[in-house]
Amino acid sequence: MEDIKELVRSYIVKEYLEEDEEITFDTPLISSGYVDSFSMVSLLVFLENKFKIKIPPSKATPEAFDSVNKIVELVNQYINK
Amino acid sequence: MSYSSKVKDIFRTQLSEIRNAGIYKEERFIHSSQAADIEVEFPSGAAIKKVINMCSNNYLGLSSHPEVVRAAHEGLESRGYGMSSVRFICGTQDIHRELENKVTEFLGTEDTILFPSCMDANAGVFEAILTSEDIMISDRLVHASIIDGMRLCSAQHDTFKHSNMEHLEEKLQLHADKRIKLVITDGVFSMDGDIARLDEMVNLCEKYDAMILVDDSHSSGFIGRTGRGTHEYCNVVGNIDIITTTFGKALGGASGGCVSGRKEIVQMCRQRARPYLFSNTISPVIVAGVLKVFDILSASTERRDKLEKNAAWWRKGLNEAGFIIKEGNSPIVPVMLFNAKLSQDFSKDLYNEGIYAIGFFFPVVPNGQARIRTQISAGHEIQHLEKALEAFIKVGKKYGILGLSREEIIAKYGM
Repeated sequence: MEDIKELVRSYIVKEYLEEDEEITFDTPLISSGYVDSFSMVSLLVFLENKFKIKIPPSKATPEAFDSVNKIVELVNQYINK
Repeated sequence: MSYSSKVKDIFRTQLSEIRNAGIYKEERFIHSSQAADIEVEFPSGAAIKKVINMCSNNYLGLSSHPEVVRAAHEGLESRGYGMSSVRFICGTQDIHRELENKVTEFLGTEDTILFPSCMDANAGVFEAILTSEDIMISDRLVHASIIDGMRLCSAQHDTFKHSNMEHLEEKLQLHADKRIKLVITDGVFSMDGDIARLDEMVNLCEKYDAMILVDDSHSSGFIGRTGRGTHEYCNVVGNIDIITTTFGKALGGASGGCVSGRKEIVQMCRQRARPYLFSNTISPVIVAGVLKVFDILSASTERRDKLEKNAAWWRKGLNEAGFIIKEGNSPIVPVMLFNAKLSQDFSKDLYNEGIYAIGFFFPVVPNGQARIRTQISAGHEIQHLEKALEAFIKVGKKYGILGLSREEIIAKYGM
């Protein structure tokens, strides 16, 4: 579980944040402007490839992607299927 | 009566939220024509105040140029006021096609189609040429109209970090399997004033078989040796597949825009771009004015040369005074204040000193990046800029920020 969290967090830091920015597992990502809704496609592709899952478009919402913890919660629903 | 008190309350609550967040926009009424010196009524009902305009897109000072005004009058007399039709029914005059040809020649492209605005050009172009088999890859700081245009299009979208070519290359690799790949960028970024690295982007697009679209609204007429735009500045004229631009800024400043580029893409826009198909195009009076603007620009580079000198003077003056500015080679010069409230207070104090410049903060710019955006014009004389600099220094001293680093300003005022 912690591994997944850290994997997702480090991907987001690398992909979306500027050099001097940091986030916690609960930092709002979309509502605070770190990730815009267009950029979510990269995150979705990363999650699907990394964890060998398929997240339906209806579940890949800005709300479900709004923090590392929420993303991990979503990923877990599909990993365990 | 369907406008019930319940519905009214919904809007009133939202408006209160906007006001409480400090982002309620108010218009300032200008009682003169657009120029370096303007007469402003602000707030509404206040006495009219003469101020120096440091925030218009009138980069070449052509908005009220006598020759442009005269040409517009002549256009009004010879072709009338309105067309009362969309282009493909009975809304196209000879001068509309003449302007399209003139833009094509000026930008060094294959063909051009006019739109009511560049907002409409950006709203229409993506949907007209792309489908769900395709991908749009945009810089993260592109203009809002491009974002809206991408939202209207069924193609997938992704972004790359601002002006980061390694990240763009990763995205081109990630989406290599898509039918059409379209890389999208502003030429000059309107909030930061920096210029896109078009030469490197063109190389990447060639390597990965992608097309490139540039919105040159803040460039056309003055960036590049003869003012053709960022493609001239980056030495890639002829290599940009699609240029969108506006006549509402440097090119006379009235309204209207266009898509210019590959012949087939322009043809697709004529068949499928909804703002072109379902709205009248630019009125004859504006077409006549813009035609004159192109005549002026083709005859001499005097105005863009003056703008370049003015912008260099302004950047040097702010730097020497100890302000933090975003470096670049455009007439958009952001003075960084970082804190949102400071940017608003600073702008108000400048206005009291007779200088009209607006403070921007989140969400218009990233959090903690609040600034005063200044825009230089060929309509400014050095004495305008001297007076503006004097006011900036006076207000800068009041807030004790001259010579401070970003960290020091943030320590003093917060993010």
